[in-house]
Amino acid sequence: MSEHIDSTKTYVAVLLTLLALTGITTAVAYVDLGPFSVVVALVIAVCKMLLVALFFMHIRHSNQLTKLVVLGGLLWLGILLVLTLSDFITRGWTGVPGK
Amino acid sequence: MANHVHAETLELREQFNTAEQQKDASTLGMWIFLITEVMFFGGMFAAYTVYRRAYPEVFAVASSSLNAVLGAINTGVLLFSSFTMVMAVRAGQLGQRNMIILFLILTLFFGGVFLGVKAIEWTEKFEEHHIPGQAAFHLEGLAPDQQGHAQLFFSLYFAMTGLHALHMVVGVGLLSFLIWQAKKGTYSTTYFTPVDVGGLYWHFVDIIWIFLFPLLYLIDRHLGK
Repeated sequence: MSEHIDSTKTYVAVLLTLLALTGITTAVAYVDLGPFSVVVALVIAVCKMLLVALFFMHIRHSNQLTKLVVLGGLLWLGILLVLTLSDFITRGWTGVPGK
Repeated sequence: MANHVHAETLELREQFNTAEQQKDASTLGMWIFLITEVMFFGGMFAAYTVYRRAYPEVFAVASSSLNAVLGAINTGVLLFSSFTMVMAVRAGQLGQRNMIILFLILTLFFGGVFLGVKAIEWTEKFEEHHIPGQAAFHLEGLAPDQQGHAQLFFSLYFAMTGLHALHMVVGVGLLSFLIWQAKKGTYSTTYFTPVDVGGLYWHFVDIIWIFLFPLLYLIDRHLGK
């Protein structure tokens, strides 16, 4: 079995980074960044997600099939969000009655 | 008959060729389940995005009425629980039965703290009349014709945090089962798959909260204070 065991040190470092990012995202919310505040919030959230997925969920050591399934899942989520928004964002553009 | 049949063990059921194949199948199965969960929550995030885009000012005011300090503390609590969960899996890899039990109990404890804080927050909402559908619903700082849009925000807030909390409750059940099994001595260096895939589920629920926290609690808070 090709089980890979990470050290406690690695996990502690990941935890501390996650806690620091939580502090940063909370503090930044009180700063006026205009439309970029949501961008910053999402970038930090994605970084935290990657840390949890890669280290705590062991994607780093997963086999190719598992990685492919995870990427496939994110692709479908992307389709869900992009197609939904491409409808709602463009509704007002053509002036068609009923929006 | 059956001259090549090996004794069935927990780590190698009859239908698998190797223990590694069995473990990979379990991991893949959990990931596919988690992908269905991503799509499940994804629909709610899509609804959230559509309505936040439609009523950005109302969402900012409503978001600022939530308790960001409690939200941040709860995020920390959940991150700690993910850490103890991954340490339980590590103890499984090393075959340290008592450490598996200890870290699972710690994870259960942090999960309980999270749900307790959530209960306090929800109680506050009832006291402040911020419950969508309430006749007395009123959010301070908004015009009467915006109150409906604020109810929309709180509908999303309760649906998303409620669904997340429901997943936490399921996780608490899973952890209790794992602790019971670990106490019985079911797990060893060669077989701790339930702890491993249970961990995947717990971390997934953590990731959902990682997105819920900034999106619900932290919209343009500089406008408020």
